[in-house]
Amino acid sequence: MTRGPFRLVSGGRIDRGARVNFSLDGRRFSGFKGDTLASALLANGVSVVGRSFKYHRPRGFLSAGAEEPNGLFTLGKGGYTEPNVPGTTTELIEGLTARSQNGTPSVNLDIRSLYGLASPLLAAGFYYKTFIGPRRGSWMFYEPFIRRAAGLGRGVHEADPDRYETRHAFADVLVVGAGPAGLSAALGAGRAGARVVLAEQDSLLGGSLLFESPAGGAENWRRQLESELESLPRVEIRRSTTAFGVYDGGTVALIERRDHLKPDPSRGEARQVVTILRARAIVFATGATERPLVFPNNDRPGVMLASAVRSYLNRFAVGCGRRAVVVTNNDSAYATAFDLAERGIHVSIADTRRLVPSELVGRARSQGIGHFTGAVARKANGGRVVKGLEVMVDHDIRALECDLLAVSGGWSPAVHLTSHNGVAPRYREDIFAFVPGGFASGHFGAGALMGDFTLEGGIAVGFAAGRSAAATTGHDRPTGEPPAAPQIGVADCTIQSHWPSPDGIRGKAFVDFQNDVTVKDVVVAHQEGYQSVEHLKRYTTLGMGTDQGKTSNINALALISSLREVGIPVAGTTTFRPPFTPVAIGALAGRAIGQHFRPVRRSPLHDWHLAHGATMVEAGQWMRPWYYSWAGTTAESAYIEEMRLVRNAVGISDVSTLGKIDVQGPDAAEFLNRLYVNKFARLPIGKARYGVMLNDDGVVLDDGTTTRLAEARFFMTTTTAQAGEVMSWLEFLLQTAWTGLRVHVSSITDEWAAMAISGPKARAALERALPGQDLCDRRLPYMGSLETDLDGVPLRLIRLSFSGELAYEAYVPADFGVALWEKFLAAGESLGMKPYGLEALAALRIEKGHVAGLELDHRNTLNDLGLSKMAATDKPFIGQILGQRPRLRSSERWSLVGIECLEPGKRLRGGSILFAPTDKLEGHGRGHITSVTWSTVLEKFIALGLYQGGLRHAGEEIMCAFPLKGEKTRARIVSPVFLDPQGERLRV
Amino acid sequence: MRINCPVCGERDYTEFRYGGDASKPRPAHGTRDMRAWYEYVFVFENPKGPHREYWQHVMGCRQWLVLERNTATNEIAKGKAS
Repeated sequence: MTRGPFRLVSGGRIDRGARVNFSLDGRRFSGFKGDTLASALLANGVSVVGRSFKYHRPRGFLSAGAEEPNGLFTLGKGGYTEPNVPGTTTELIEGLTARSQNGTPSVNLDIRSLYGLASPLLAAGFYYKTFIGPRRGSWMFYEPFIRRAAGLGRGVHEADPDRYETRHAFADVLVVGAGPAGLSAALGAGRAGARVVLAEQDSLLGGSLLFESPAGGAENWRRQLESELESLPRVEIRRSTTAFGVYDGGTVALIERRDHLKPDPSRGEARQVVTILRARAIVFATGATERPLVFPNNDRPGVMLASAVRSYLNRFAVGCGRRAVVVTNNDSAYATAFDLAERGIHVSIADTRRLVPSELVGRARSQGIGHFTGAVARKANGGRVVKGLEVMVDHDIRALECDLLAVSGGWSPAVHLTSHNGVAPRYREDIFAFVPGGFASGHFGAGALMGDFTLEGGIAVGFAAGRSAAATTGHDRPTGEPPAAPQIGVADCTIQSHWPSPDGIRGKAFVDFQNDVTVKDVVVAHQEGYQSVEHLKRYTTLGMGTDQGKTSNINALALISSLREVGIPVAGTTTFRPPFTPVAIGALAGRAIGQHFRPVRRSPLHDWHLAHGATMVEAGQWMRPWYYSWAGTTAESAYIEEMRLVRNAVGISDVSTLGKIDVQGPDAAEFLNRLYVNKFARLPIGKARYGVMLNDDGVVLDDGTTTRLAEARFFMTTTTAQAGEVMSWLEFLLQTAWTGLRVHVSSITDEWAAMAISGPKARAALERALPGQDLCDRRLPYMGSLETDLDGVPLRLIRLSFSGELAYEAYVPADFGVALWEKFLAAGESLGMKPYGLEALAALRIEKGHVAGLELDHRNTLNDLGLSKMAATDKPFIGQILGQRPRLRSSERWSLVGIECLEPGKRLRGGSILFAPTDKLEGHGRGHITSVTWSTVLEKFIALGLYQGGLRHAGEEIMCAFPLKGEKTRARIVSPVFLDPQGERLRV
Repeated sequence: MRINCPVCGERDYTEFRYGGDASKPRPAHGTRDMRAWYEYVFVFENPKGPHREYWQHVMGCRQWLVLERNTATNEIAKGKAS
């Protein structure tokens, strides 16, 4: 429903030469460049722009800024959809598509306004008292309906095609807010020579100066400052940029919206940019937000904040109505009345105060503005549009007709950012408002934020704060004085409190517009015992909407204080936390999405695997070949073929991801001896040894194979997953604890490609690849090593086996990895050699009972893993003492067992919970399965697991439960070494 | 949070990893007293206020540092290489 057009024929800071077309709910409208969505809609006479959250009352714009509670829209289509966007801060751009929210079928005619009839049942907290029966668990029946009815806008499930970025920046001085105080601060800091960032959430600089007519002195002052700031090379001005959080150490998060630049994601242009800015000093000039007055029906479309009416009038040349009433408890709203009258709009003023400054009364009279003092607002009339205001003047009730009601209940400094560090704001009785409670060193405040509503004060203090901020960063060039303050309409702001009172209210007097919280709701909550401001907030949901209570918090606080009969400072405020205004999660994620969520690490052989039919899998940060197409088309079938190849012939696998550490120095052997549970001090040169290391608490940290290359040089390997942890641990020990040891450690994981050649024909394959190299058992025994070269490229061979077959690990500098790999494959081709992947690699070691990552979960001791015999008894090692704690040696601990499936046709699953046959299948059971595979040799499913009492129960039947799939499978406890327990196949 | 690495200069905290309490000396290797290890590994003061702790410059020089950080305000006093 529209009334009028309200665009004035002249004035405003809009570009009348640039028409902008947009649509709302499918209807086409137009506005001008410089409009917001709100100003363009108001100009077109659109008054109902949404329906309220609970009662579905028609709502119009209350404000002209980020504090807007009512005018929220869903913008865009498809993957670009964005719900709950305030129209007041949305720059109008060509082609903008907006949809109003929460009205079925439309906000003009909403069926759910019938909820209003049920409003006594829908008071705050109603869902805590209803939806309880008839049974326990009935809530889950009601929940989907309530969920669908809740909220305002709707999100979409399509991927967002837009691009978002996160950047980092540094500055000497950050100035937050470009109103008169902020502009002055930036000027002071900039002239002093500091590197300044000036962040302004609006698209124009000026703040409260933008309320003033563009034909006055304020506009000249604004432009003068803007142009000088633009001319200073070390001052960076960021418009459309909101500072949304202040963090430790002067770190501030900024978000810049770039829709007006029409970013093209296909060209890498970002729609929103989050900047993490580290500022050495900060000047906060965030200004103040106007509060509404609270009286019945104060939420009707056409009821707006007085400064918003002025903003629409002077900045956007929109009249908003034909007959206005200004109701106020302070001076500032008079400027609105004077400006409206000047534009030919009929206006009267109802002032709640009895005593009003005489200049204001005089000027009102001279402009023919009707004026009432001691006028208390009783209620507003109207439905889809306000029709009038009833006031009580000296016990007389007067009805003032209007279609625009400008309300002002005072101003609340925007103390959010200055309170993010936990310093609570403090109340000032003289202005009935909170101001910042204190500043960290290097942080300053100026202007309306500090409770100073005068222009001269804001400019002077702002300029001084900018200079001080610059000085703290070592910049103190002479700055002169700021340009003199311009003359504006109403200079000061004396105010008399007029807080909402529960007495005598009939009808709905809204305290929080967005969440439909009325005075009655607050009173009821108080009566029910929710009296502390934190409880009251959550029980009534006051201040919990997207506007975070910017227009409601202080009014609510005053109401709570009067109900509790304490002063406002005693009632306190709730905690301020970032973000100051809603920030899209996508913007915070920036580029760290999809493949870029974390680094991807690739083996030197990665491309070869892809080119030869490997299906890759993520293993931590690494991409590893899972299985190869030569072996099969699915993971389940392929690994079995690959296993068979290794057990019967020979296979080659890429193990480059293993952690590798070079350990050098005269004390290297001693170092390893202290680190590992088993002995390394006298490891012969050229020999390798499997080692296990513990944490200080006696729990297994990692395992690996370490080879002695020379007297003072070792080559250590770790598991893939723990490589980084172990490296840091070694550095910690050497740098903090054992500083006397002469040892150097270097991470060489990425320097060497590594491949395992495994199977009964492994030696034959190597002999063909390295003709002339003696590889017989005597020359290269089990756990021996050999350094040689291949066509001049260093090659290190270590004979060790993860699979239980005759096997070698070959190491070559990473750049030669592919060449060596292909050489091995060519040499082994006639023996049937083929590559095998991670699944087969894991399956083979499970058959041999080797522990790996799934067993080394930092909860298991040597004992638990059946490795206690490895521990030396005659030398100390890390974790030795705490590993002897009695509880860690209890025979009731869960320890390593093998498990074989007793039900052919059924399978075992990793993570299954293990029970004794007579146990009830509930709770944590007696253990769990850690690793599972199909055994090609035994032709059944086998597993490794942890079971209470361990191998004491060998031979006993157990039950494996997998509740997620409702499976129960009978199995038996056996030795974890399923094949070749004597290790004969290793030592041929 | 900014950390002053004695080797690399002032760097962002994201280049470092936290390494735990540094207010107690580590028992000498070979100490057999279980209580000494128990106190070292499991018992911490957890002060609200200044705290001596280890950080490692993992994305830089890999030096382990001892810093004094205020656990309530995250202010970091000068650190030194350990």
